[in-house]
Amino acid sequence: MNQHLVLRVVTKLMVGFIILFALYVQFHGDYSPGGGFQAGVIFAAAFILYGLVFGLESVQAVLPPWVTHKMMALGVLIYTLVGIYSFFLGFNFLDYGALTPSHPEHGQHYGILLVELGVGITVAGVVISIYYAFVSRSSTSKDEEW
Amino acid sequence: MANPDVTFVAKSFMEHLPVYQVLVPFVSAPLCVLFGNRQFAWYLTFLACFISFIVSILLLNQVAEFGTISYALGGWPPPIGIEYRIDFLNAFLLVLVSGMALLTSVYLKGTIDLEVERSNQTLFLTCLLLCVSGLLGVLITGDAFNLFVFLEISSLSTYVLVAQGANKDRRALTASFDYLIMGTIGATFFVIGLGFLYAATGTLNMYDIAGRIQGDLPDRTIQVAFAFILVGLGLKGALFPLHTWLPKAYSFSPTPAAIFLASTATKVAIYAIVRFLFSVFFSHPTMLETVLVNVVMPLGILAMFVAGGIAFYQRDLKRMLAFSSVSQIGYILVGVSFMSSKGLTAAIIHLFNHGITKGLLFMCAGVIFLRYKASFYKEMSGLGRIMPWTSAAFLIGGLSLIGIPGTAGFISKWILVQAALEQGSWLIALAILLSSLIAVLYVWQVTEIMYFGDSSKKGFEISVGPFSYITIWILAVATIFFGLSTSFTLEYSSEAARVLLNEFSLTD
Repeated sequence: MNQHLVLRVVTKLMVGFIILFALYVQFHGDYSPGGGFQAGVIFAAAFILYGLVFGLESVQAVLPPWVTHKMMALGVLIYTLVGIYSFFLGFNFLDYGALTPSHPEHGQHYGILLVELGVGITVAGVVISIYYAFVSRSSTSKDEEW
Repeated sequence: MANPDVTFVAKSFMEHLPVYQVLVPFVSAPLCVLFGNRQFAWYLTFLACFISFIVSILLLNQVAEFGTISYALGGWPPPIGIEYRIDFLNAFLLVLVSGMALLTSVYLKGTIDLEVERSNQTLFLTCLLLCVSGLLGVLITGDAFNLFVFLEISSLSTYVLVAQGANKDRRALTASFDYLIMGTIGATFFVIGLGFLYAATGTLNMYDIAGRIQGDLPDRTIQVAFAFILVGLGLKGALFPLHTWLPKAYSFSPTPAAIFLASTATKVAIYAIVRFLFSVFFSHPTMLETVLVNVVMPLGILAMFVAGGIAFYQRDLKRMLAFSSVSQIGYILVGVSFMSSKGLTAAIIHLFNHGITKGLLFMCAGVIFLRYKASFYKEMSGLGRIMPWTSAAFLIGGLSLIGIPGTAGFISKWILVQAALEQGSWLIALAILLSSLIAVLYVWQVTEIMYFGDSSKKGFEISVGPFSYITIWILAVATIFFGLSTSFTLEYSSEAARVLLNEFSLTD
């Protein structure tokens, strides 16, 4: 892709905005369409775009495969830790009211934000990992043969 | 949701048991990945399975003491939120699944280095933990859609576990792919059925659905939902003509996966069928009876004979055991299809007894396969003299498979025959006895080669850790123990059958 100057410049420009949009969808998910899953996919799309244009090595220098693997586990863990936290305050599993016992409505709000953060991290990790898995397979046919 | 007036609701450890049951293995899985150390992963797996086993026993005691337990996730009361609901049936099976998970986790300490690459061991254990928590979740939940989610958690991790067998034999990949396709079709059918049920009732809580579909005649939507759910779960549970994925998946997967799947996975799917039959659709007894008597019972009997016959013609130990599983599932189905208390008791007790028997047999087959490098009968000749202990344990399992008095298998077949006679169906009782003769044939074949064949090999270079032998003998002793003392198994399974039929008889 070395000769595609426009693509390279536009990609560099866009990646930041895509990640910013992902964060917007992530943290605004409770008011507007969106949430952890969509945000995770958008976040991953930024890295996949970067990888498509600049190659696998460049994107893996930013986000090595072991990081994406840990991300998958970390997100699930954040989700369950929110639930476990509510145990310790004497509530049922995943009762977000536990987060602010004096004002359960706020707790519901914080709870969904934290849980969606976990979902977002896991989904981003999974989607990027799938991309890595496909791209790092060495191809059996050359580009010209297509 | 907690009462806003109460700022702090003190709840004891015991009240959260239903969640610990699923949560402990589930949290351990991402922790394994995060730490990424295979030794740590094994200790964590063992610990998680151990805690889960203790919790299941505590839950069984709680159910025995207080009756059915209901736990509202997130504090949302049942018809709105997800409910965990534990009665005798699932409490009893939780003990089986978590117990087998514990034994498998101990067993694999001895064999995992021989079967799974070091770099993959952590992830293998992670998938095993996910599979355990998925199966426990299917058992424990009272929400139909939640059941689907847990079923998929366990199935997806199972596909990965089976595929790990590719290290030894590349055919594991096609076995895993076959299982993936069949399993996904099953899951799709199940979820389509749920969709129809939701369309008809507007709720996903199983007990709420049951309350809303009561009426004189089931309408078309409910009939279609019932058919889809039965076929979908039937695929997962390897009901006879839908069993084609099972032999390959069991024979090519790594031993620990084969042990755990053979003793629990299909049992849990059959549990789900029983749960839907008797806790959701019980208000339409004529519909149930039509399907059970005309479809499920003939297929069950066919499974006993055809799969048993195929097992007789196998020359590969693991494949033989896999086909015998299909035939044993036939017994369970026949028990369910009687729709009587005795029949259900027989089915539930056979879920348990066959679970431990098949676990034992696959453990022995695994050790034989790994140490002696034998999977075909002809390579096993004279094994009884070279590996006397393992062969003896295998023989105990084989006898239990046939149903010789003094083994666990006898108890379930005895009650099943009683149930058949209670219905006055002499032919079915005769069929059960005849198909046991087929089991005699296929077990005898192996025994003959093991004990009376000439040994061609002597000694082995490969050794398997002591953990594997310990678990083999724990299960061998359990197989005999549950054959002699039926107080635990019989009491709980008859109690489970009574609770299931309680709702059923009310609508008659």
